[in-house]
Parts: sequence; C-alpha cells; structure tokens
Amino acid sequence: MLRFALSRLLLVVPTFVGITLIAFLFIRILPGDPVLLMAGERGVSPERHAELMAQFGFDKPMWRQYVDYIGQLLQGNFGHSFSTKRPVLEEFMARFPATLELALCAIVLATVLGVAAGILAAVKRGSWIDQATMGTALVGYSMPIFWWALLLIILFSTSLGWTPVSGRIALTHYFPSVTGFMLVDSLLSGRPGAFASAVHHLVLPTIVLATIPLAVIARQTRSAMLEVLGEVYMMTARSKGLSPSRVIGLHALRNALIPVVTTIGLQVSVLMGGAILTETIFSWPGIGKWMIDSISRRDYQVVQGGLLLIAAMVMLVNLTVDLLYGLVNPRVRHV
Amino acid sequence: MKLMKALLTATAMTFAVAGAAQAKTLVYCSEGSPEGFDPAPWTAGTSFDASSRTIYNRLIEFAPGSTETVPGLAESWETSDDGMEITFHLRQGVKFHTTPYFTPTRDFNADDVIFSFMRQLDKSSPWYEYAPGIAWEYFDSTGMATAIKEIVRVDDHTVKFVLTRADATILATFPMDFASIVSKEYADQLDAAGTRERFNTHPVGTGAFTFVDYQQDAVIRYQAFADYWDGKQPIDDLIFAITVDPGVRQQKLVAGECDIIPYPNPADIEGMKANPDLTVMQQEGFNIGYLAYNTRQAPFDKPEVRRALNKAINKQAIIDAVFQGTGQAAVAPLPPTSWGYNDQLVDDPYDPAAARAELEAAGVSGLKMKVWAMPVQRPYNPNARRMAELIQADFAAVGVEVEIVSMEWGEYLAQSSALDRDGAVLLGWTGDNADPDNFLAVLLGCDGVGSNNRAQWCHQPYEDLIQKAKTTFDQEERKKLYDEAQVIFKQEAPWATIAHSIVTMPMRNSVQNFKQDPLGIHRFVGVDKSE
Repeated sequence: MLRFALSRLLLVVPTFVGITLIAFLFIRILPGDPVLLMAGERGVSPERHAELMAQFGFDKPMWRQYVDYIGQLLQGNFGHSFSTKRPVLEEFMARFPATLELALCAIVLATVLGVAAGILAAVKRGSWIDQATMGTALVGYSMPIFWWALLLIILFSTSLGWTPVSGRIALTHYFPSVTGFMLVDSLLSGRPGAFASAVHHLVLPTIVLATIPLAVIARQTRSAMLEVLGEVYMMTARSKGLSPSRVIGLHALRNALIPVVTTIGLQVSVLMGGAILTETIFSWPGIGKWMIDSISRRDYQVVQGGLLLIAAMVMLVNLTVDLLYGLVNPRVRHV
Repeated sequence: MKLMKALLTATAMTFAVAGAAQAKTLVYCSEGSPEGFDPAPWTAGTSFDASSRTIYNRLIEFAPGSTETVPGLAESWETSDDGMEITFHLRQGVKFHTTPYFTPTRDFNADDVIFSFMRQLDKSSPWYEYAPGIAWEYFDSTGMATAIKEIVRVDDHTVKFVLTRADATILATFPMDFASIVSKEYADQLDAAGTRERFNTHPVGTGAFTFVDYQQDAVIRYQAFADYWDGKQPIDDLIFAITVDPGVRQQKLVAGECDIIPYPNPADIEGMKANPDLTVMQQEGFNIGYLAYNTRQAPFDKPEVRRALNKAINKQAIIDAVFQGTGQAAVAPLPPTSWGYNDQLVDDPYDPAAARAELEAAGVSGLKMKVWAMPVQRPYNPNARRMAELIQADFAAVGVEVEIVSMEWGEYLAQSSALDRDGAVLLGWTGDNADPDNFLAVLLGCDGVGSNNRAQWCHQPYEDLIQKAKTTFDQEERKKLYDEAQVIFKQEAPWATIAHSIVTMPMRNSVQNFKQDPLGIHRFVGVDKSE
C-alpha cells in the first residue's frame, strides 16, 4: 500500500509541471491584449502601452516570461491581479472556502441521494421505480444549470418565499470571518439564527450544483450494482439465507462502490465547472466566477494562478480517490 | 493575520452595531465587485460607486442628479485671467473618518489636496507605484498629467494649481472620481508601517459614509459618518449586496431583499413598472452609440455618401429590437443631458428612397462594405451583433452589401482605430465628465485620429472650433462654439449617430430622495428610506 501511495505521489510532480505550462500558455493563446482590455474604449497612448507592457513583463520573450513565472512560483508567489493589484493567492484564499463549502455540500448530497437512488433502481430493476429514478436522473443531467437555478429561485424564493434569493447568509448577520466557511463561522459567532440562515442560504445552490453529479452517480451506481448483483457470489450469499439488507449493503454495495468512488472523484472536477454558473446566479463569492471574469479581462496572473490552485485541488482529490480505490480494491495495489 | 483581521472586523462591528437599535439600513444590490477602494487607479463605475462616491469627496462636485458643478471640499475657486492658474479655497473644519485602523489628528487641509494629485503625477513618489501594476488611467487620459506644472500650498486652506497650458476643460476634471481627496496623514501612517497596499483595501475619506467591511464578491458595508461636513445622512447603514445576474437582482428587489438595483434586464422593466411596490426611474444615459465610417477609405471619404447611408438606417427599429425600448435615437454626438447639446440639430430622416438616389448621384453602385460589431455588451449598445444585422438589412435595401465582422474585444478596440481599417465600426462612449470636450474633441478631434477618433476624421473648421472652445472660459461662449461644431458634424456625417441608452433604476417605494445621475454614478448621499 505504501509503495502504491508513493507511486501515485510521484506522478503528481510531472502532472503539476505540465499544468504550469498549460496554465501559462492557455491564457496567452487567447487573442486580446490585456493592457488594451484594461483601457477599454478610452484607449492608451503607445508610450503608456509600452510602459505597462514592461511593468507586467509582457515585453520579454515567452520563454523568459515562463521561467520568471516558475521562479516566482517556487517562492510561493503567484503574482498580482492586473485588475485589483492584490496578490493572486490572497484573492484565491478569500474565495476558495465559499466554493469548497458549496462543493462539499453538493457532493455529499449528490453521493447520498445518488447512491441511494442507484441502489433502489438496481434492486427494483425493470419496475416503475427504476424507470422513474433513471428518467429523473436523465432530466437532471440534461437540464441547463442556469435555467434550473432561475426556475428554483422564481418558484421557491420569489413565489413561495421559502428560500432566500441569493447570498451566503442574511445581511442582518454580520460577524468576523474566521475560517471562511459560513456554516462554521456562523456557529462560532454564537449569533442566534446565524447558522440557520447559513443553512437556509445553502439549500438552493446546493440542490442546483448537486443535480448533475447526482444524476451521474445514480446511473453509475445502478449500473455497478446490476453487474454485481448478477455475480455468482451474490447467489451464494442469498442462498446462505442472509438478509436482503446484508446482501445488498455489505456484499453488493462494497464491490459496486469501486467504480462509483472513481465517478465521485471525477465529479469534483465537474463541480468546478458547474460552480461558475451557480456562483453567478446565487451571488456566491467563490472562485468559479472569479476565474471567468479574469479570463474575460485577460488577467494573466489570476488565470495562471487560479488554474494551478484549482488543478492542485483536483489532483489532491483524485489522489485521494486513487488511494481510496487501492484500499477498497486490493488488486489495484499490487499492479 | 487572520486573527488580526478578525479582531479588526470585530471592532468594526462594534462601531456598526453601536446605536444600531433603530438603525435605518439601505441595501443596494450592485452589479459587480469593486476593483479596489482607492478612487484614483480605477475606471469602472462599479468601483466608483463603492469608493469615490461613498467614502470620498472632491474639491468640486456634481450637484445630485445634474451635471452642474457645486462646491465640494473647495468652498470657492478662481481661474487667473490667462487661464494658467486655478486657486482653490478649501473648506475648513472637514473631518476625515475615524476607523478601527486610523484616527486622524487633524482636519482636512492643503496637504491632502497636494498629496491626492502628486501621488498620481510624481513618478519619484513612493506612492506612484504603491501596488504592482497600479496605473492612473484617468489622470493620464484626461490630460491632467500634462496639464499640471506644479501645485502650490499657499496656506493651510488655499491651494494653487499652476498649469502648463490654458485649458477650460481641466476644471471639468476636478469633479471626476480620480480627483477624490485622500488623507495624507493616513498615507504617512501606512508608509511608516510598511503597509501601503492597505490604502486600497482599508480606505479613509471625508465622504458621507465610512467604510466598515468588504466580504469579497459578496457584501460591502458602510456606516453614515456622523461628522460629515454636510451633515449626517438620513440612513445609518448602507450595504452593497453584490448580485451579478440582472434577473436575480430583479428577484431580490421584488422579494424585498434589495431596496434599489441598477441595470435591470430591459425585458423586465415593464413588469417592474406594473409592480405597485416598486418605483422605476428612467433617464437618458450620458453616452452615445454610433457607427463610424472610415473617412479615409473610398467611397466613405465623401460626405454625401455618408449622409446617404445615414438616411438608410431605421433607428427606431434598432431601438425597438436592440434596446427594447430603453434607448433614444441620437441626433448629436453628445447626449441631450450635456450642457453643450445642440437641440436645434435636425436628424437625418429615415428615407431609403432618398438614400438610394443620393448614392447613385454620388456615383456609388454595387457597394460592398464591412460593418464591425462589438463582441461585448456595453451601456450604449446592448447587442451590437443584432444592431449590425439590422443595419445590414437596411443597407441591403439601398443596394449596399454588408459583411459583418467581429473579433475579441481587445483586438476590436486596437484594430478599429487603425487608419486603414476596412469598414464602418460600431462603438460608443460614456462621458467621463460633464464637459462637451470629452465627447467632441476626444472622439472627433484631429488628435484622436488613430486612437479614439474611429472615423479617422480630421476636419479643420470643426477642429478650429473645438480648440477655441478649450481656451474659452465663458460657458455661454463655449456653448456657441460647440453648437457650431455640431452643425458641421451633421453636415460632414463622419458617423451615423444611433442611440443614447436610457438608464433605468428600479427601487422599492420606501426609498426616498434618490436622484439619478446623468453620468451614471449611483450616489446615496441624501437618500432616505421610509419605514
């Protein structure tokens, strides 16, 4: 197991180097001069343009800019945002907890409901329950997130008044941000109603963000369960007189979870894409919207730094998934 | 660091909560996050709303809801006879904000004025580049950087700006956001602590509201400044709830989570007008959307061809389809709210038959041309692609074939200003200040050829008028010069003037005394809220 873990860890290094190159090149391949974009219709004189290009280092050859960038990174310096002039790392850390909190809630919801739905559909294969569950999953997978979010807001927030429209907490609750996680900070604040408000504000964005992963996990679980339920050892378990819950919960689910765990890991990356739209609609101050705006503004430092930090997070999740996979499936450790 | 921030925030909260038993709170759902809270480096209205217009003052201010100027931190001022000096007499007894991170030991004085401008002018100043990449865009682009020779401290409450040239337009830049007055004492404190970058994140001003806290991309909190020189504000707490999507802003307004919102979806306006809980204010925007011909490219080098093409454009159809009613056909290259606007101008009539005849008379047949459409939404043009398609159809009706081109926004801005640009370009402008020069010279003057003058048009009679207006200090005289210039503009037709947008501000009925600003700034000074 240790050798397996080390081999996975070693893979991270070349992956990360590749990502720095992609992050560096990606934003530079896009057309558009960041100085001209900053100036907008007002334009900028050729002299001032040259001055700003030199200030940002864009007047140097590409390879030199990359080397300088790597040198900065090795010192823990992700550069400064062109638009706000603040350190990229500081901007990222100010926003990351919001995205992480929402993503965690979404993946937990998607996993719990998705696995349960998948098990139910597999066990009741061919029945109306199976059809309804998988049909709902298909609809969930196909819906545009933007439309789904606005629909929920109009129904539950504006018409019924059951949920707030947007934001992380009611504006009347104001307390220091200690961890950046509203659920934790609201509890720490001790303010009556703050935690409930934080939970209340999480309901709709979590549902929206969880919709697609939930559908994917449900379908994957169903598929994996059906495969396992057809195995000979399952027949053995049933013929031994074990209860259905033990047969499904202990023998079937444990084996079916192997591909499902991988799917959940991959869905974390998908969540990042969904987070951009969800954060926009629900005014959720996370990194998704921040990244999109930075690409539009050609804020090179933010795009590079943000991509790297997000990639690091995704790599960490997938490394965890790989290790979990090794734990769950001993055969993998010895490959 | 996090603990320090938490302690500071907790202290700020104490300020905010103290006396909050009957606090009156106004919630403005803003459309975006500010770039920072130092008013000078930024150019976005979003940043100005959050910084210069809430936290700071200027020597000269725009009167609420108007482009007329009124005394601000300067009680009075005079320009020398030769126009080379402007002397400001500063208001006395003006206090800077006391915050958890700064306690002023003196009132506002001349040192603060000098610092506010010199930090943007003096390249040797440590404040000139106090944050990586910081730039003073408006200070440079308005010509202030080249206009100021020196700033003289006459005494504690008198400052003299010595200029490099006599320029009547310079006075119009003093109410602009970059000219906000900041605290030198606070700057010195940050200097001594080695934390200059906090100037942009923890602001101190003399304005009506004190900065309390900013939760990135989420909420900005302000508190009414009790010692504001013009009197404490009716509302106690001002909150900017950042809500990027216009549909969601509208939902929050209807649900009562916002008191006032900017930039609604045009399609939602009629619905909000019908809502008995809401008031919808509208005003012409201080902007212009236009189609600029390349007057150096045949056959657009002939005014008669340009005038003929102008007659082919159905502006009302564009306003209906593109602006969805939130636009007004533009006649002059200035918005109607500008004091320099010539209301006697006659617009080109929509007359395709006349257009076709005039093109033939000019020897133009089988013309193929390009129309450039912006890839982004701007206040003066919400859908340039759609606008280009309508113009394409209009021109086809008079025998002109149009190819629509577009490209990435930065490239669009760069390439559209090229002297040999092929085709006519859709673009526009939002006024920086109330001076007509900001439109007529910047966009149509000879100096702008190759940059902001997308028509590449340099017409001497017109140029002579706007240059003379720059050095004329009597506003009535300047108005006459600008009126003449606009007549020439209509005759020469370097542009087809398309539309000015109509700016809509919906709000709850409880909001009182909000005035729409012609320059599009959202100001909350004097705003009240009934219970």
